[in-house]
Amino acid sequence: MRPFLAACFLTLPSLALPGLAVAETPVLTVMTYDSFTSEWGPGPAIEKAFEEHCGCDLRFITGGDGAALLARLQLEGASSEADIVLGLDTNLTAQAQASGLFAPHGADPATALPIPYQDPLFLPYDWGWFAFVYDKTRTAMPPEDFRALGDSDLKIVIQDPRSSTPGLGLLMWVKAAYGDQAPDIWAGLSDNILTVTPGWSEAYGLFLEGEADMVLSYSTSPAYHRLAEQDDSKDWVEFAEGHYLQIEVAGLLASSKQPELAREFLTFTQSPAFQSVIPETNWMYPAASQTLPEGFETHRPAKSLLLGADEALEARATALTEWQAALGR
Amino acid sequence: MASRPRSLGAGAISAGLLALILGPIAAVAFHAGGLSLGAADLAALRFTLLQASLSALISAALAVPVAKALARRRFPGRGLLITLMGAPFLLPVIVAVMGLITVFGQAGWINSLGQSLGLPRISIYGLHGVLIAHVFLNLPLAVRMILQGWLSIPAERFRLGQSLGFTPRDIARHIERPMLAQLLPGVLASIFAICLTSFAVALTLGGGPAATTLELAIYQAIRFEFDLAHAAGLALLQTGLGAVAALLAWQLAGMRAGPGAGLDRPSALMPPTGWRRIADGFWLIFAAAFLLLPLTAMALKGLPGLTALPASVWPAALRSVTVALISAFLTVTLGMILVGAVARGGARWIEFSAVLPLAASGMVLGIGLFLLVRPWIGPAQLALPVTLLVNVLMALPFVYRLLITPARNLEADYGRLAASLGLVGFARIRLLTWPRMAAPIGFSAGLSAALSMGDLGVIALFAAPDQVTLPLLVQHLLGAYRIQAAAGAALVLVALSFALFWLLDAGGRYVQAR
Repeated sequence: MRPFLAACFLTLPSLALPGLAVAETPVLTVMTYDSFTSEWGPGPAIEKAFEEHCGCDLRFITGGDGAALLARLQLEGASSEADIVLGLDTNLTAQAQASGLFAPHGADPATALPIPYQDPLFLPYDWGWFAFVYDKTRTAMPPEDFRALGDSDLKIVIQDPRSSTPGLGLLMWVKAAYGDQAPDIWAGLSDNILTVTPGWSEAYGLFLEGEADMVLSYSTSPAYHRLAEQDDSKDWVEFAEGHYLQIEVAGLLASSKQPELAREFLTFTQSPAFQSVIPETNWMYPAASQTLPEGFETHRPAKSLLLGADEALEARATALTEWQAALGR
Repeated sequence: MASRPRSLGAGAISAGLLALILGPIAAVAFHAGGLSLGAADLAALRFTLLQASLSALISAALAVPVAKALARRRFPGRGLLITLMGAPFLLPVIVAVMGLITVFGQAGWINSLGQSLGLPRISIYGLHGVLIAHVFLNLPLAVRMILQGWLSIPAERFRLGQSLGFTPRDIARHIERPMLAQLLPGVLASIFAICLTSFAVALTLGGGPAATTLELAIYQAIRFEFDLAHAAGLALLQTGLGAVAALLAWQLAGMRAGPGAGLDRPSALMPPTGWRRIADGFWLIFAAAFLLLPLTAMALKGLPGLTALPASVWPAALRSVTVALISAFLTVTLGMILVGAVARGGARWIEFSAVLPLAASGMVLGIGLFLLVRPWIGPAQLALPVTLLVNVLMALPFVYRLLITPARNLEADYGRLAASLGLVGFARIRLLTWPRMAAPIGFSAGLSAALSMGDLGVIALFAAPDQVTLPLLVQHLLGAYRIQAAAGAALVLVALSFALFWLLDAGGRYVQAR
């Protein structure tokens, strides 16, 4: 018993010490989604680059995905320990704005977006088009709009809008393209939907296992296979209706105790040091003008769709009800 | 009766358990300023009840013949089969789903075989898919619990039956059925409660929003509507259903079956011959194929991924194993205190508190704890302790159920002797409890360690990036397109869980057999 206790007393202070050591330098806390900070995400490289010149300690805290971040933020209110939230998208910004927790970022808007986007509270750091990804070796002629997809006998996997950001994106995509006719589109798609998964990774996994012909993902997903796996068999199909955009944004919390440092970080998100990391870690388009890696992009959609933040919030409940009614059978 | 202090301890633990289940719901409701339910929740309630009842009934109905066959047949590899068959229960849910899809999916083994024979495709997506998955995950638990019941029948009763010229049917009626009547309600209630909280399985294999469970409705309330009052209302409903199941089980379970303690001779079941032999063979082959094929599929998928594993898999594995071992130790200690009190005639609400955690909503539990601890201490510092706490909470119901029958038998068979000898305290544990209960204790410890290993649970809500556990790492790999490495890491996770489980289980049996 005694050696055990002695060991506890000897190791406890050494566990606490690192915590004391960093208290000297200012700590900037960024709340973001899980996959951003994983060792394959942009987090580690960005932390290193920012800490090189800020004289601070950049700390990430994570919580699920974009929607989960917002829920956590609303839970914490003004007492959040975060200075910055990074990882909301335009389907969430109206709700985020209404929470009153955000302060103006004061930075110049990003320039490399396919449509003009400017918001005093939210600064885009990357973006992408939602798209159906398929395997060229299995599907030779993929359908080129939602109606053709509904008429085909291809099987697709999508995500649940209630638990997944891309799932919500698809809901908005159909709404933006078809408005009041959205229920017809969903009725047409209902026999093509093999299943609905809770999150992106389950859906994409099912597609890669060969369970479905197409999966709802991003137009940049095939780039991962091409660049990281030297596998050119995956592509995305361009839909005539246009493609709904996901714009990922960062925002400054009004409760931040160090708004100067936080604004410095927001400006940093627009710099090459941040932006150059995005394509091959987050597999999205960088928000600032930036040379894309060789082979990252093979074609881009002719038309982009996006509901404004308020429109998206307004359309959400109806769109979900329609979706549930059409697929609930 | 004998030791009052111990009952007090058990009462305190039970009260703590109830507080841990209801406290977070109360915290969420308090934060939101109320509880609410809507008309749309009726559909979620209906589907949840339907799938959970069917899953429980089918799992238990299949488990009885399988356990019976395992109890009365002896064949080479029987021990290994029993151990391996326990594995699905220990799998992280998403890994289990992927294994099932490799076998039963559109492009799975069965469909590939069927197509080459010209058979139509079968689909796993729909209510039946949800049931297949839930039975796959819960049949092993049911088999182990019922098998334990069979093995705990004193051999003398079978001998008595034999000397009275009992046919297998008489044995079933007079010896086995009372044992099942005592055991099955608890098994059903446990599986029902586990399936109440199903969300990823039900949605992925359910095929669409028709398969909306209460847990998914809670997700919607929190993420989509940020309506915490609604989330708390749903969580209370879900926990309430678990409570009803526990109460029913408690009403239905008969008291201790059969008269007379045994003399502790190895059970000498004379296995019947004829069609019963063929039937037993069928059940064993069926269960082995159903449970082991997806496991094999998963292992085959994971092997190539082992070369693509990131170095971070090892620290994550160490973290997971540490949490698992601490959690196993705590769970078994608490479990022993609880069953000790109940076996000695302690309050039965203790039993009730040990089933309730199964039906707790992970999401609301996480958010409630988050709300409760946040004013005091940053969530990131608490990630591992909270994970530990929740793991203990989730494993305790199983451990309780596994330990209660041996504890009751121990009390009935040796309690009077021990009391007359004045055997109490540590001496009683060393001389009586430990040697006679090492096997179920080892099994319980192995089970809780493995459950804790595979649990993603609330760590995702609390974790800081430098506290990645193995299940979280698998999640990260999947989220970063690295499906193959994820399959490899999942294989490491399953191998480690299984190794922990096997070491503790076999260790316990070795000690008891000595």
